[in-house]
Order: sequence, then structure tokens, then C-alpha cells
Amino acid sequence: MPTKKDYEDIPGTFVFDADRARVGYHLNQFCISLGKAAGRDAFKADPEGYLTRYPMSEEQKQAVRDRDWNRMLELGGNIYYTSKLAAFDGINFQNLAGLMTGMGVEPYREMMLNGGRSIEGNRYKSEWEEE
Amino acid sequence: MARITAGVGCSHVPAIGIAMDTGKTEEEYWKPVFAGFEKSKEWMKEANPDVIFLVYNDHCTAFDSSIIPTFALGCAAEFQPADEGWGPRPVPVVKNHPVLASHIAQSLILDEFDITIMNEMEVDHGLTVPLSVMYGQPEEWPALVIPLAVNVVMYPAPTGNRCFQLGKAIRRAIESFDEDLNVVIFGTGGMSHQLQYKRAGLINPEWDNAFLDRLTSDPVGLSQMPHVEYLREAGSEGVEMVMWHVMRGALDDEVTEVHRHYHVPASNTAVGHIILENKT
Repeated sequence: MPTKKDYEDIPGTFVFDADRARVGYHLNQFCISLGKAAGRDAFKADPEGYLTRYPMSEEQKQAVRDRDWNRMLELGGNIYYTSKLAAFDGINFQNLAGLMTGMGVEPYREMMLNGGRSIEGNRYKSEWEEE
Repeated sequence: MARITAGVGCSHVPAIGIAMDTGKTEEEYWKPVFAGFEKSKEWMKEANPDVIFLVYNDHCTAFDSSIIPTFALGCAAEFQPADEGWGPRPVPVVKNHPVLASHIAQSLILDEFDITIMNEMEVDHGLTVPLSVMYGQPEEWPALVIPLAVNVVMYPAPTGNRCFQLGKAIRRAIESFDEDLNVVIFGTGGMSHQLQYKRAGLINPEWDNAFLDRLTSDPVGLSQMPHVEYLREAGSEGVEMVMWHVMRGALDDEVTEVHRHYHVPASNTAVGHIILENKT
């Protein structure tokens, strides 16, 4: 029996499940290595060389080079891991969220100050035009 | 005999810890977050627990993707605050009651909860931020702390029911320990928040407050909530709240709510906090 994924109809959301954890394993291990100074120093010194230490797919490597934060999640990345790459670039958690929403940093911060994104219209993919 | 007298539910937003560590608590943005913990700090002085059993999740700090235990109990003598990419938090080392911790480990496994035992572990903001908001900035943490790390990063987290039943087993373990100890249990994480992808920034105050209400009035019913409801209604990271059921399961069926605090936002997150006391 296939695994039931009743969470796949939530819009704008990638639930980091066991399948995605498997696909994204090396991408996530690369990202978490930047949580320590030794990893950051090595990546800074030779970005391409450092990427070869992790057997990621070419698509995953390109998403890292492009700092395409949403693409990384689509390819099995998890936010607690990719946020370490963002921190390497000097991007904090809230600004990273702002980038992923496509809103940009300031409008996102403003939305949060005004109570955040409402649940209304954001429960099901059918409520979003693009998905 | 050791006994559990009260439970604390509490968000563990990392930015709250950073605000405390960098002296920003009086800034307009942060004031209302910390105002809601003033009463809690007074309550902690009064309650004066010997031991805090602290349920939290590790954020890929002690565990990266290579090992993902569902329940990991800290049995080491002490736990150092970890470097999460911006240096370790300047907070005291966390000291365990290792004799009680290993007693709990043994009791839980024989009670059919197959937990992982951690004899070495660093702890991240998930554990230290709740201590900071409840105690402020002391030189030493006033209580010993037994950490229980729960996987909520990789789906599926343990079910609410499993967490609630684990709380009951933790209570049985603690109450079968001879030393006379006052134990307070913390369940941390939440409340509604989504940190990732295009729906990031989701906040659902009605849902959060209903959760807080039912924690007192309908804990068993609440523990039956399926994961998809957390994910949909409280955001992909809102599923952290299953950890509050461990706390609730360890308390009496009937409890008294002595304090509640709710505020939006702290960074990307709704801050929720509750203190529940056993009536007996």
C-alpha cells in the first residue's frame, strides 16, 4: 500500500517527510556542515571544491550556487538546514522567509508585524491560483 | 517520592534568546513578548522545582540527518549550549539529575517506550530559550534539567497520542523514584508558524487559542488531533506542538490554568505560553 500523504494539498508548503529526507540527504548534510566554523572556512576558500565533498545531484548543486532557496526545498532540502547556508550569506531566518515567499524582506517583516499571513484562503491548493 | 507538580507550555523561538542575550528586551518590538513572562518568573520562584523535565526538539544541532531518533533522553551529567552557527548562547551549562534520568530511561523502556539514551549531547535554543524566559539570566540555572529531545523536524513526528501516553509513562517513572523531588515538566515549541516556502509567515491565533483552551479542558481529545491539522492550520513547523502533549499527559486529568500569554509576532512565530498546576 502506498504511503498516504494527506498533507500534499496544502499550498505553498513542502512537508519534509522521510522521502524528501532521503532525496535531500547530501544537500542537507552539506548545509549543516556550515553550522561549524571549519565548514564555513572551507566553503569560503573553495566553494566548488567544497561542493564536490557532498554527492549531491547536479540540480541540487546548481540550486546552491544560485541560492535558489525554494528550489532547494523542492529538491529535498529542509529549512533548518538551508538556513545555515543563508546564515553563511548573512541572511537571518526572517529575511530568508521573506525571500522564499517572493514578497521581499521589508513587506514580509511588515506582514509579520501586522499579525502574519492569515489562514483564510491558505488552507488548500485549490484556493491558490498558481498551484 | 519524586512528584510532578506542574507543567509549562512555552514557545522556544531562537530570536527570543538572541534578544535576551543582546539586551534588546526593552525595545518596542520585544517588550510585549517579555511582559507576558514577568508573572512566570515570579511563579518559578514560588514553585522552585528541584528538577525540570524539559521536552524540546533539537534543530539539527545534536542530530543532523544521519541519525534521527524520535525520542532521545539526556542522561549525561551536563549539557553544553551548542554553537548553532552564530556562537554558543551565553547561558549557564545545563546540569542534569543523572541518577533520576537513568532511572527514567530504564522505566520508560520497560514501559514499552523505546527511547534513545544520550550520554553526550549539546543543547540548542529549543532547550535554553524556555529556561531563559522562565528564569531570566541567572549565573546558574536554579534547577537540574532532564532533556528529552523529540523529532519534529522530519515528518512524521510522533503522534499526539503517543506523546500524551509517553507523558503518562514519564509520570509513572518519576513517581517510582525514591528521592523527595519537586519536578516541573516543560513542553516547548510552537505556536503557529511556517518558516518555509511560499506560505511562510502563516499565523493562526484562533487555532492557537483553541489549542490552549483544550489543553486544560479536553487534553485527551486534543491529543487525538491528526498531524495534517497542525500542518494545515498551524503551519508546517506548528507540528512542534505535539510536544506539549508529553507535558499534558504527565499531569493530572484536572488541572488549574494559572497563567497564559499569547503574542504575535516573534520573528516568524506566534508566541504561546501556559502554566498548569496539578490540583492534588
